[in-house]
Amino acid sequence: MSQTPVALRFEGVSKQFRTGEQIVPALKDVDLMLASGGVTGLLGPDGAGKTTLMRLAAGLLTPDQGRIDVLGVDALADPLEVQRRIGYMPQHFGLYEDLSVQENLDLYADLQGLPDNQRQNRYKELMHLTGLGAFTGRLAGKLSGGMKQKLGLACTLVRPPALLLLDEPTVGVDPVSRRELWQIVYREVEQQGMTVLLSTAYLDEADRCNDVVLLNRGEKIDQKSPQAFSDPLRGRVFEVRSKRVSHRLLQQRLLAREEVVDAVILSHGIRTVTHQGQVIPAQAFAGQADAVTVRPVEPRFGDAFIAILSAAGDAPQATENLGLAVKPGSDAVAIEVKHLERNFGAFQAVSDVSFSVRRGEIFGLLGANGAGKSTTFRMLCGLLPVSAGEARVAGEDLRNAPARARARIGYMAQKFSLYAHLSVRQNLEFFASAYGLVGGRHQQRVDWALESFQLAPHSESEAGDLSLGYKQRLAFAAALMHEPDILFLDEPTSGVDPLARREFWNRTIHLADSGVTVLVTTHFMEEANYCDRVVIMSDGKMLIEGSPDEVKQQAQTPDNPEPSMEDAFIYLIEQGSEGE
Amino acid sequence: MSDTVRYGTTRRLRGMVRKEFLQILRDPSSIAIAFVLPVLLLNLFGYGVSLDARNIPLAVVIESPDSTTASLRGAFEQSNYFRPKIYLSIQAAEAALQAHRVQAIVWMQNDFTRKVLSGVQSPLAVRLYGVDANQARITAGYIQGVWGNWSAAQSQQNGLNVTPPAGIQPRVWFNAPVLSRYFLVPGVVALVMTLIGSMLTALVVAREWERGTMEALMVTPLAMKEMLAGKLIPYFLLGMGGMAFTVAMAVWQFQVPFRGSYLLLSLTGAMFLLVSLAIGLLISIVSKNQFVAGQIAVIVSFLPAFILSGFIFDIHSMPAAIQVVTYAVPARYFVDILKTLFLTGNVYPIIWMNFAALTLQLIFFTALVWRNSHKNLE
Repeated sequence: MSQTPVALRFEGVSKQFRTGEQIVPALKDVDLMLASGGVTGLLGPDGAGKTTLMRLAAGLLTPDQGRIDVLGVDALADPLEVQRRIGYMPQHFGLYEDLSVQENLDLYADLQGLPDNQRQNRYKELMHLTGLGAFTGRLAGKLSGGMKQKLGLACTLVRPPALLLLDEPTVGVDPVSRRELWQIVYREVEQQGMTVLLSTAYLDEADRCNDVVLLNRGEKIDQKSPQAFSDPLRGRVFEVRSKRVSHRLLQQRLLAREEVVDAVILSHGIRTVTHQGQVIPAQAFAGQADAVTVRPVEPRFGDAFIAILSAAGDAPQATENLGLAVKPGSDAVAIEVKHLERNFGAFQAVSDVSFSVRRGEIFGLLGANGAGKSTTFRMLCGLLPVSAGEARVAGEDLRNAPARARARIGYMAQKFSLYAHLSVRQNLEFFASAYGLVGGRHQQRVDWALESFQLAPHSESEAGDLSLGYKQRLAFAAALMHEPDILFLDEPTSGVDPLARREFWNRTIHLADSGVTVLVTTHFMEEANYCDRVVIMSDGKMLIEGSPDEVKQQAQTPDNPEPSMEDAFIYLIEQGSEGE
Repeated sequence: MSDTVRYGTTRRLRGMVRKEFLQILRDPSSIAIAFVLPVLLLNLFGYGVSLDARNIPLAVVIESPDSTTASLRGAFEQSNYFRPKIYLSIQAAEAALQAHRVQAIVWMQNDFTRKVLSGVQSPLAVRLYGVDANQARITAGYIQGVWGNWSAAQSQQNGLNVTPPAGIQPRVWFNAPVLSRYFLVPGVVALVMTLIGSMLTALVVAREWERGTMEALMVTPLAMKEMLAGKLIPYFLLGMGGMAFTVAMAVWQFQVPFRGSYLLLSLTGAMFLLVSLAIGLLISIVSKNQFVAGQIAVIVSFLPAFILSGFIFDIHSMPAAIQVVTYAVPARYFVDILKTLFLTGNVYPIIWMNFAALTLQLIFFTALVWRNSHKNLE
């Protein structure tokens, strides 16, 4: 195979879409150049044009303007030739769920024209890399989410392409599978000299790329190495720790300061980014300076991402107190679960799960896909009957009074259950009515939601036309219409970009501070640091319960004295499977 | 280069066809449409739906029984067409008619015997349940038939000087037993093939869009014509299998005569199936969602094949405007071919004319499919 020095080149590429009467620009005059070999990350908020760019490069869309050159082939003139040479894994890679792992591989080997005599070796290699070797006879539909994604990648790689396009390959994938996916990508780059363009919503993944393209609102902001992005932030990134104040309180205090651009709770403190030339002043911690340590740290791409986008006016706006009138929490128990079980036929989805959540706590339910967290969640919301054990929510036994318990809870479903063809206001009005609010109270809550969630400018837009971040806000507001004391959030941040995720957590913290109990599931392990306590589930069982610090301590080893939440998760899962 | 391309084509096609067959085998709904549905439809139209008037419930009102009324009552009882029930008063019979427990009333009034013997015209009163006009006409005809035969015999017996009216001796061609099953069952073949060709095909392609497999397929070196062929071949074979199965059941289980050539049936059936497949692919291009694709398929292909093809309703008796519409329905031509091959035999002019019409439709729909299928997402 002859190596072209340039794997992918965009010259002045623009693309618009027409939805109804509106013309939505997806990409504006984008120039791009990918040298052969290596991994280039494609990052940007939702709606930045990442998927459009991928599809243009794959010859699936025709640009309105500009030239696209893929491995020396003009993508406009000969898309089929482009498709012969590249591999592309769309965001929702379509595996044939009614075909087995082996049959899926055979199909893609046929389609990509892998000669028969090379197949056995390549299959063996890919099955080894993906760890799917033991499951070749299993139907793809019966694999876990992470395994499906690995199989999708294996199918794309059956005949090693010269250019590999991966559209958010790691979204919704548990940390173990995510790590394996990256290992496969690196290996292909090293051994086959492959060029990879990979879009991602995980900012930490950008640091693993050789080169990063940052997109925003259809425009290319910059393209350079992740270090080049983060270097200007040297001296502006700090890790703040306090022995006395909780992480959440510390973060809120930092965010309130003018010199602070961003403050996120990470495993061991608050990662804080300041404005150009500013440091965190000592008076920020009046009276407790002795208990607070501020340590400058190496900037990372994620810091630069937030700094650049907030300079562009896209940063999350500070969220004020949501003003829910819940009485300050005592130590009252809001959710109590004892030996909870759920069986589906012979399959035990949840077995012997016990925990309790106090009022005003943020309680996280963590686990890979299929670990049983959604099943547990649905039982607690009264959506699924309990097979055995006890579950009390807001003092009501779910077996006897699910309806009464439900009136006290707010629920935000994973897919944001909104009516796509109703406007934002109509959606809010509907949910207010559904919760039985009438008259002045009804109006008051709708106004409150529009105001507090900054939805007022979009109140007449159809919910289906909103960006994912705004949909999430609307769904969140809808779940709060009746001022519930307990809030259930099922994967609220899945697929939502980093900016919207930060905003979401700020709101959630405010809610918890005003006494609302929050039960949340997530597969973003770093988000577990926002929780007071977490449970990690695997195969329907509880692996551990405790505060994030306690969980991380479990994973402390001489090699890794300060494990991150993700390290701890992987460690515990691996420990759990070794024990079997 | 061209060698590797050609080699690649067969390999890609092989992959697609194999995948499609595996999916058919694992998806109970495809098997159901191809083999279970024909059984259901054949039983429904073979046994359940009958356009024949047999065992018509009939109220016979006899106000003053005697040997004459008993003789006429006997004539109705012996007829295959009627299941008479005797009433003594017209009120009771009318109540039964109102409740549609009987289809008609034959009323022998008090003076019936006298009128018969004196040769007075129309001694018998008849009331019909006229809601279904067709059924009422058929019933009236049969009553008239029984009455005509009986009164002729009666006159002779009584030595009355009535010359029997000139009789009509009908001879029914092609469907001698006058069974509607003979007429309906061949049409079921067209219905089954429409379902496999248009509905199933539209659904499976829409399913690929819905599950995201289409986007992944598009970025492989698979060319558009290979993708289309990969879909056509398996469903063509499935459709021909469905046809063979349906025809076999029609001939063996339902004893419908087959008077034409099986070769002609296969040839014309293949042509009709290709038209149906082209329509199915066209639907899947318009709609990328299984629900909508299913609805469109029912409205544009299944219902017309049912209603406008001459399968049940005679095209000649439709309003002129509707008759024009039927020319656009492929099933119309195939139903005509089927009925000819089953009941009449190889009547070449009819068969070739319909075959030519199907060929034109195939060209038209294939061109539309070809023009509208692009290998991209726009």
